Amino acid sequence: MQKYSGFGLLRHALTYHENWQRVWRNPKPKKKYDVIIVGGGGHGLATAYYLAKVHNITNVAVVEKGYLGGGNTARNTTIVRSNYLWDEAALLYEHAMKLWEGLSQELNYNLMFSQRGVLNLGHTLQDMRDIHRRVSANRLNGIDSEALDTQGVQEIVPIMDCSANRRYPVLGASWQPRAGVARHDAVAWGFARAADAMGVDLIQQCEVADILTEDGAAIGVETKQHGAIYGDRIGCVVAGNSGVLAKMAGFQLPIESHPLQALVSEPIRPILDTVVMSNHVHGYISQSDKGDLVIGAGIDGYNGYGQRGSYPTVEHTLQAIVEMFPIFSRVRMNRQWGGIVDTCPDACPIISDTPVENLFFNCGWGTGGFKATPGSGHVFANTLATGRPNELAKPFSMFRFHNGALIDEHGAAGVAH
Amino acid sequence: MFYIFCPYCDEHREEEEFHPKGQAHLSRPADPDACTDEEWGNFIYFRDNPRGIHHEIWVHAIGCRKFFNVTRDTQSYEILESYRMGSAPRITQLTDKQQS
Repeated sequence: MQKYSGFGLLRHALTYHENWQRVWRNPKPKKKYDVIIVGGGGHGLATAYYLAKVHNITNVAVVEKGYLGGGNTARNTTIVRSNYLWDEAALLYEHAMKLWEGLSQELNYNLMFSQRGVLNLGHTLQDMRDIHRRVSANRLNGIDSEALDTQGVQEIVPIMDCSANRRYPVLGASWQPRAGVARHDAVAWGFARAADAMGVDLIQQCEVADILTEDGAAIGVETKQHGAIYGDRIGCVVAGNSGVLAKMAGFQLPIESHPLQALVSEPIRPILDTVVMSNHVHGYISQSDKGDLVIGAGIDGYNGYGQRGSYPTVEHTLQAIVEMFPIFSRVRMNRQWGGIVDTCPDACPIISDTPVENLFFNCGWGTGGFKATPGSGHVFANTLATGRPNELAKPFSMFRFHNGALIDEHGAAGVAH
Repeated sequence: MFYIFCPYCDEHREEEEFHPKGQAHLSRPADPDACTDEEWGNFIYFRDNPRGIHHEIWVHAIGCRKFFNVTRDTQSYEILESYRMGSAPRITQLTDKQQS
């Protein structure tokens, strides 16, 4: 793998940047692998990377029906944080946060990870009580988290309307300084490049049509483009399409697929240097390095696979943003899109074995999977390497919906992702 | 924006008047006390979530406030029919024309 550096950039400038090595190979699939990962998004590529790096398993294929990182990895609002309420979730997301710190160096790929802090606003007394509780829980778990009052919020974001006579006045916020944003595409590309360099086969434009089983155990996948590919273990990391793959294998998941929309404004001068999220008016916003305001909010309520949503949802999103930032009321929106998120009833992921032996699922991240990308890949790689759930992943079994041990992060964690 | 036919109001109305309420035709176990944890969990949480034809419940939240069923393609989002609670869907699979 060609090492990227400032000096290298200079050297390639002398040859007009015409001699850069291809970032990854485009191999033909082998007949048989140790592990097949279905889904070449951030989580799948991270899984492949950590399988090779931590567990020394390099006979791995990542099978992707479109192109790498073209699904929700390309469509999210890039927010990274770990201030979740419950221990199980907080430890998982904090595990990811620790991996984020230093990941650019590790992958030798600039992820533009910017720890600019995240504010989760409170607009009611109940919001503030929940914030104080969550901040305390975070601190007990060793996660940096502070509760701010209105004044404290106003100091961090001078352009926000924090006056008392708003319809939804800002009473305070939780503040996680280590949180921030990362360049979403770069995360997929960085993991893909590093995994490829260690021998992982990244097979694009290869759609799985069926999961092959024998005596209740998965033995491979039938693909539309390359026929059958066999594997000892199979990991599905397919977000919105998890239900479709589960059906191929003959079981159901407690997951429903919904469109989640996001939008960016025209580029404007630097005006917002942190991330602001509000559960109550339900919107979140940050500013990218290009200058666009990156905006998101809630899912469309109906099931859908169409990677688009309805206009009323866009309108509600912008109402929330303008409630917080009247200064943005005349900013024009540039682009809008939707991704298909796999929502779980308790708003926590599923990292789990399944009723089919040797078949594992990493899904259910719903509206907030991006922040967990490295951590998700790390624990899922461990699960695939050993065949048993990793310590951190154990509480996230799909069978928790049978035994009742849910991890109810809905509303509890400032879950406007 | 969906334009949804409410079978009780007998009118098409805009999506904003309605709320989706998930998969239709789920029947509550006849004897809940006799359910295993698995059966009960399946009833509460596990769903079909198909890519294609989906029978789902909607409520006319700021209209007649009645619940009804809709058959919709979750990929094209095309609404194929609305029908009252207690009746069966007429459309259960996509025709070739709709699939293309």
